[in-house]
Amino acid sequence: MPMILSLTLNGRPRTDLVSDNLLLVEYLRDVAGLTGTKRGCDGGECGACTVLIDGAPQHACLTLASRCGGRHVETIEGIGSPGRLSRLQRAFHEKLGAQCGFCTPGMIMAAEALLRRNPDPNEAEIREALSGNLCRCTGYVKIIESVQAAAGDAT
Amino acid sequence: MSLLPSFELIRAASLAEVVAARRSHADCRLLAGGTDLIANLRHGLGSPATLVDITGLPGMQEIAIEPAGLRIGAGVALSRLVDDPLIRRQAPVLAEAAAAVAGPTHRASATLGGNLCLDTRCVFYNQSEWWRHSNDFCLKHRGTVCHVAPTGNRCHAAYSGDTAPALLVLGAQAELGGGGGKRWIALDELFREDGAAHLALGADEVLLSVRLPIAAGLTAGYEKARLRRAIDFPLAGVAVSLRRDGDALAELRIALTGTNSRPLLVSGCETLIGHPLDADALQQIGKLVQKQVAPMRTTIAPAHYRRRVAAALASRLAARLFSAPTPA
Repeated sequence: MPMILSLTLNGRPRTDLVSDNLLLVEYLRDVAGLTGTKRGCDGGECGACTVLIDGAPQHACLTLASRCGGRHVETIEGIGSPGRLSRLQRAFHEKLGAQCGFCTPGMIMAAEALLRRNPDPNEAEIREALSGNLCRCTGYVKIIESVQAAAGDAT
Repeated sequence: MSLLPSFELIRAASLAEVVAARRSHADCRLLAGGTDLIANLRHGLGSPATLVDITGLPGMQEIAIEPAGLRIGAGVALSRLVDDPLIRRQAPVLAEAAAAVAGPTHRASATLGGNLCLDTRCVFYNQSEWWRHSNDFCLKHRGTVCHVAPTGNRCHAAYSGDTAPALLVLGAQAELGGGGGKRWIALDELFREDGAAHLALGADEVLLSVRLPIAAGLTAGYEKARLRRAIDFPLAGVAVSLRRDGDALAELRIALTGTNSRPLLVSGCETLIGHPLDADALQQIGKLVQKQVAPMRTTIAPAHYRRRVAAALASRLAARLFSAPTPA
């Protein structure tokens, strides 16, 4: 059954007609046209669809869009802007935290939530925060170094 | 094409609305955090016409000390259980078990009630539609044979909630609500040894909250073995609670998950009370566990491994807790 969804997406309010069974990842990619959020697996295993909902990292592929009414949703498109990378994007770029790049939006959103909550995390805390995100290229070492570099940037 | 089957979402604001929705919609499922249900629906494991969102029911988000104990609403997110100061002080084993569920992104939306009522799991069930179709489905969903035990007459899918054993060793009770009102039962009575019908809930009943007695001097812990260490369901999970009186054991409870179709409270622990927890007693704990668990071929790790790892985790955890400083 369709319903009117009003939410804040990357800082801007918007309203759409969505069906009850529409997943947030489908809404972001197909309705809002924000294809930075990736669909990597068939349900909560890879973390490539990680977005922030009211500041908390959540799986867009396990979240119904219709349950996001009144909430603040942030995607990778809301982090930095073309030519002006965020500290995490810059660190992933410079420390080679991205290889094929498919997991990178999810990694950056999970890391962004961590750094907002804990600006100076140790390695164990970074590993824990990224534990729901799979990467099949890097072996994670460069990703963790990237988050450490971003945290160092802020201090 | 949508990834999910078509359904209507009803946001219930009261227990009466849940009961009414379930009576008027035969094919209806309850939705809390959705981390398991939505993934299962994406796999074609059911196509309910209606989902009822129960997270807005009164009391579902509360954590409070009451005269009868610590009461936790079934809608409380697991991430909140991990961080809540009251839970960490009164029931640290529950925070420990909640932290062992999946990853932080799951825990932000997954709930205590959802984890307790988690659907049972099996390698023949948690597969894509085409995989199950090619295997003629299974007894748990759309099929007639349990591929784990084809000559048997029940489903052997394994219960995999991490929080249940932690609550069982603390002597938790569960509050159920339905058309006939509300009632409290021992949490142990919520579960049945049947992978296709493992919850002893009435047709219109909902798990509303759990309650823990406040027990001073009890030490408890939870450990699990899993394939993917970062996020995975337990191959075997063990919770132990004990009280030490001098050099002797004064109280001992052991509960398991991942090995049976229900969380299992190990019986026979009373034989160890009054004695020190020495090597013989630890061996006895291992034997009690090995004898009572019944892991089947429901995971890619073999059943005999899960039986042995359950016993090892139980005796190792008991030894660690026995030698830990007694809590205030």
